[in-house]
Amino acid sequence: MNADISLSAQLINLFASVILLLAFAMLAQRRVLPLINLFALQGLTLCLSTLVVAFTTGQAHLYGSAALTLVLKAMLLPWILHRLVRQLQVRADVEGLINIPTTMIAGIVLVMIAFNVALPISQLSSTISRGTLGIALATVMLAFLMMIIRTKAIPQVVGFLAMENGLFLAATSATYGMPMVVELGIALDVLVGVIILGVFFFQIREQFDSLDIRNLEKLKER
Amino acid sequence: MNLFGTLGQLFAIALALLLAPLLTGWVNQCRAWFQNRSAPPLLQQYYMLHKLFLKDVVLAHGASQLFRFAPFVVFGCMVLACAIIPTLSTDLPLAPAADTIALVGVFGLARIFISLAAMDIGTSFGSLGGRREMLVGFLAEPALLMVIFTTAMISQSTSVATIVETLAHRDFVIYPSLAFAGIAFTFVSFAENARVPVDNPATHLELTMIHEAMILEYSGRHLALIEWAASLKLYAYSCLGLALFFPWGIAQGASVSGLLLAIPALVAKLAIGGALLAGIETLNAKVRIFRAPEFLGTAFLLAVLGLLVRLLLETRI
Amino acid sequence: MDLFMLMLAIPLVSGALLTVVGERAWAPNLNIIASLGTFLASALLTAEIVAAGPRFAFGELFFIDSLNVFFVALTAFVGLTTSIFSGPYMRNEQEHGKLTAPRLRLYKSMFQLFMFTMLAALTTNNLGILWVAMEAATLTTVLLVSLYRTPASLEAAWKYFILCGVGIAQALFGTILLYFAAERVLGETGNALLWTHLVGVKGQLEPTIMALSFIFLLVGYGTKVGLAPLHNWLPDAHAEGPTPVSAVLSGLLLNVALYAILRCKVLADGAIPGGFAGNLMMGFGLLTLVVAAFFLSRQKDIKRMFAYSSIEHMGLITFAFGMGGAVANFAGLLHMTMHSLTKSAIFFTVGHASQKCGTQLMEDIRGLIKINPVIGWGLMLGTLAILGMPPFGVFASEFMILTHAMKHHPWATPVLLLALGVAFASIFGKVQPMVFGETHARPLPHAPAITPVFVHLAIVLMIGLWIPPYLTRWFHEAARMLG
Repeated sequence: MNADISLSAQLINLFASVILLLAFAMLAQRRVLPLINLFALQGLTLCLSTLVVAFTTGQAHLYGSAALTLVLKAMLLPWILHRLVRQLQVRADVEGLINIPTTMIAGIVLVMIAFNVALPISQLSSTISRGTLGIALATVMLAFLMMIIRTKAIPQVVGFLAMENGLFLAATSATYGMPMVVELGIALDVLVGVIILGVFFFQIREQFDSLDIRNLEKLKER
Repeated sequence: MNLFGTLGQLFAIALALLLAPLLTGWVNQCRAWFQNRSAPPLLQQYYMLHKLFLKDVVLAHGASQLFRFAPFVVFGCMVLACAIIPTLSTDLPLAPAADTIALVGVFGLARIFISLAAMDIGTSFGSLGGRREMLVGFLAEPALLMVIFTTAMISQSTSVATIVETLAHRDFVIYPSLAFAGIAFTFVSFAENARVPVDNPATHLELTMIHEAMILEYSGRHLALIEWAASLKLYAYSCLGLALFFPWGIAQGASVSGLLLAIPALVAKLAIGGALLAGIETLNAKVRIFRAPEFLGTAFLLAVLGLLVRLLLETRI
Repeated sequence: MDLFMLMLAIPLVSGALLTVVGERAWAPNLNIIASLGTFLASALLTAEIVAAGPRFAFGELFFIDSLNVFFVALTAFVGLTTSIFSGPYMRNEQEHGKLTAPRLRLYKSMFQLFMFTMLAALTTNNLGILWVAMEAATLTTVLLVSLYRTPASLEAAWKYFILCGVGIAQALFGTILLYFAAERVLGETGNALLWTHLVGVKGQLEPTIMALSFIFLLVGYGTKVGLAPLHNWLPDAHAEGPTPVSAVLSGLLLNVALYAILRCKVLADGAIPGGFAGNLMMGFGLLTLVVAAFFLSRQKDIKRMFAYSSIEHMGLITFAFGMGGAVANFAGLLHMTMHSLTKSAIFFTVGHASQKCGTQLMEDIRGLIKINPVIGWGLMLGTLAILGMPPFGVFASEFMILTHAMKHHPWATPVLLLALGVAFASIFGKVQPMVFGETHARPLPHAPAITPVFVHLAIVLMIGLWIPPYLTRWFHEAARMLG
C-alpha cells in the first residue's frame, strides 16, 4: 500500500520525523550549548525538507525560503546564541528541576492532540508534504511546553525559536510556504527579536546576576 | 517436507545453543579491544560453561524447590524464544507460534522465575536484584510492546514470520516509524540484557549490579544454565532486532540452499551487531539506577512516537 | 509625494534619524514635529478616502478603506498628543535621575518606529504583513517597557515579550491556516493573503479550516488585545513602563490588535455559518470583562489599576463586535475611539500625578486638587469619563452596547451590568481620595504638558453630546463593512 509514495514524499516524512525527534531532544536537553546545537540541527533539517519539497514541486520561491532557513536558523541564530552564551558566561547553566519522564509523557499527549487536530486539515490539502502538518503543529506545541517548563532565559528563547521552526514547517506542509514577502518579514522579525533579546539578557543579568527566570516572578496579583 | 521442516527447526535450535555463548564471547572480546585491554579468548564462554557443569551444586539452606527449578525454566524459556524467532527461515514448524506478544510473554515468564528465585533465598542482595530487575522489566516491556505494535501495524500481523516476510519483500520505502522503533528496540535490548547504561555485566559491585545480584547464590550446573540462558537471551534479542529491522538474508522457504545461505548472513549480521554493542557499551557510562526510568522512558517515548508517526504519515498516503 | 507614503515614511525616517540625533536638546521637538507630520498626512488621507473611496498603495500590498482610515487617524492623533506629553514628562524623569540621555534617545526612536509598525499593521492588505507588523510592534515596545531597567520593569518586559511572542505565534499558525483555506479557492497566485481578494471569496472558504484558523487568530491577537486568560502581561507592562508607553499601549496597540481580529472575523463570518466567530468573541469578551472588573478592586498601583480598566474595556468592545450587526459594530467602534482618547488622557494625568508624588502607589497619592488643580481635575474628569458618566462619549457607546445586548442577548445583561458596576465602584472609590485629600508634594522642575489631556477629554465630551454628521457617516460605513 505504500508502494505508490514517491521517494521525495518519503524523504519529506523522514525529515519531518527527525524534526519531531529533535523537538523532543530539545525538550529533554538540560544543558545550554547542546540545546543550541540541537536547534541548529533542527533548522538544518527544516532546510533540507524544504529543499526536497522545492525540488519535487518546482516551486521556485521555496528555494529562497530554504536558503533563508539555512542562513538564519541553521547558522546566524545559533551563532548569535553561542556568542551570547559565551559573553554571558552561562555555558555551565543546567536546568536542575525538570522531571524528564513526566515532561516526555506530557509531550506525547501534546503530540497526540496535535495529530488529531491536524488530521482533518491535512486531508483537505493536496500538497506532497501534507502529512507533516500534524508534526508541524506538534513541534509548535512541544516548543510551547519547553517555554513553560524552562527556568533559564536562553532555553526559553530557544523554545520560542523552535516554535517558529514548527510554524515554518506548517506553512511548507500545508501550502508550500507563505508568499516570499511575508516570509522575509517573519525572518526579519525573528532576527530582530533575537538581537533585542540579546540586549535584554544583558539587562537582566546586570540586575539579577543570573539568567534565571525565577527571579522574574515578583509581579503578581497580591 | 515435514521431516525436513523438523530437521530445519532442530538445526536452528542447535545453532542458537551453539552461537549464543560465541556471541557473548565475541562481544566481550570486542569490548576488551575497544577498552585497550587484552581480550579473553573467543571461546571463553564455552570453557566457563564446561567448568560449571562439572562442578557440584551448593544449595543455600533455605532454598525451596523453586530455586532449583528456576534455572531450567529460564533456560527453557530462552530456548523456546530462540526457536520461534525466525533466525534462519520464516517457514519452520514453530514459526506459526512466533507471535510477538507471546514472545514478550515468554521473556516475562523467565524474568518472573529468576526474580522469584533470587528472592527465595532471602539474602538482601537477591531481593535487591529481583526488585531492580522487576523495575527494569516493568519499564522495558511497554516500550518493547510499542515497538512491536509499530512493526505489526506495518505488516498487519503480530506474527514475527509475517512481519519479516512483509519487511524483507517490500520495495525500498523509508519508514521513519521503523527508525524510531529500531532505536527504541536498541534501548530496550540494552536494558533487558543487563548491558551498560542500565547494568554492567562485568561488575560485582554490590550497589550497582542488577542481574548479577540475582544469581549470586547459584553455583554449578544451575549457574551454567543461567549463564547460558543469559547468552541465549542476548542472542534472541539480537536475532529479533535483526529480523524486525534488517530482515534481509533470512530464508523465506524451507530449502536447504536457503538455510545454508542464511547462516553466513546471520553470522555476519551478529558479528557486526556484537561489535556495535561493544562499541556503544564502551562509549557510555552506567547510569544510576534512578536514571534507568529516564533511559527506558526515552525508549518508550521513541516507540510511541514511531507508532504515532506511523499513524500520521504512512497510513493514509 | 503620495499622502499615504508620506504618512508611513515620516515615522520610519524620523525613527532612524532619532537614533542618531536623539540626545540633542531639540530632539523632543523633532519627535513632536514628526508626529505632527504623520497626523497631518493621515488627516488629509482621511479626507481623501472619505471623498474618493477606498484605494490601494504599492500595488495591492496596502489598502485603505473607511474602516482602517478611521483607526489610522485615531492612531496618528494619539501619537501626536503622546509625543507632546512625553516631552516635559521624560525631561522630568531625567531630572529625577530615573532615565539617562541614551535611553531617552532609544525611547524617541522606538516610539516613532512603533508608530510606523502600527500604521503599517492598520493599512496593510496582506494578512501576513499584518502579522509581521504586529510582531514588530511588540519588538519595538519591549525595550520601551524595560526603559527604567528596574527589576520590576525587566520582569514586565520579559513577560510581555514571552507571552505576546507565544500569542503571536498562535496567530501565525492561524494565518497559515487561513492562507491554506484561501489557496484552495484563489489558487497559487500569491493573492491568497490579500484581504481584498479574500473578502470576495469568503463564502467559499472551507468552514472547518476557517473555524480552526479563527480560533488560533483570536487567541493569538487576543493575547495582544489583553483578552483573558492571556492578559497577564498587560498590567505589568503598563505599570512598569514609562507613562507615555502605557498611554500608547492602551490607546493604540490594543486597538490595532483588535482591528486585526475584526478583519479576520469578517472572513470567518463569511465562511462559517451560524455566527461561530461572533459567539467566540462574545464569550472571550464577557470573560475578560468579568475577570478585569474583579481584579480592579484589588489594585494598589494606579497605573496597574487603569491597565485593568483597559482590559475591561477591551472585553466590552470584543463583546460588542461579537454581537455584530450595525448597531453593535457602531457602538464598538465608537467605544474604541472613546476608550483610546480617554485612557491615554488618564495615563497622561496619572503620569504627572505619580511624578509629582514620587510614587505609583495610590495610597501615597493624595490631594492632587491642591498641588495642581489642573491635574486633579483632569484625573477626576478622565475617571468619570472612562467610567461612563453621562455627558461623556463613553456613556453613549456603553449605553448602545448595553441596550443592544438587552435586546438580542438578554442573558448577558446581568453579567455586563455587574462587571461595570464593580469596576465603577472600585475605580471611583480609589480615585476620589487621590484627587481630594491632604498632601505635601513638591512642584516639578518642568511644567507638565496638560493640553493633550483636555483636548482628549473635550473630544470625548463633544462626542458624548453631539457626534458630527461626517463622523456618524464614517462610523456607519465602517460598521457596515464589519457586517
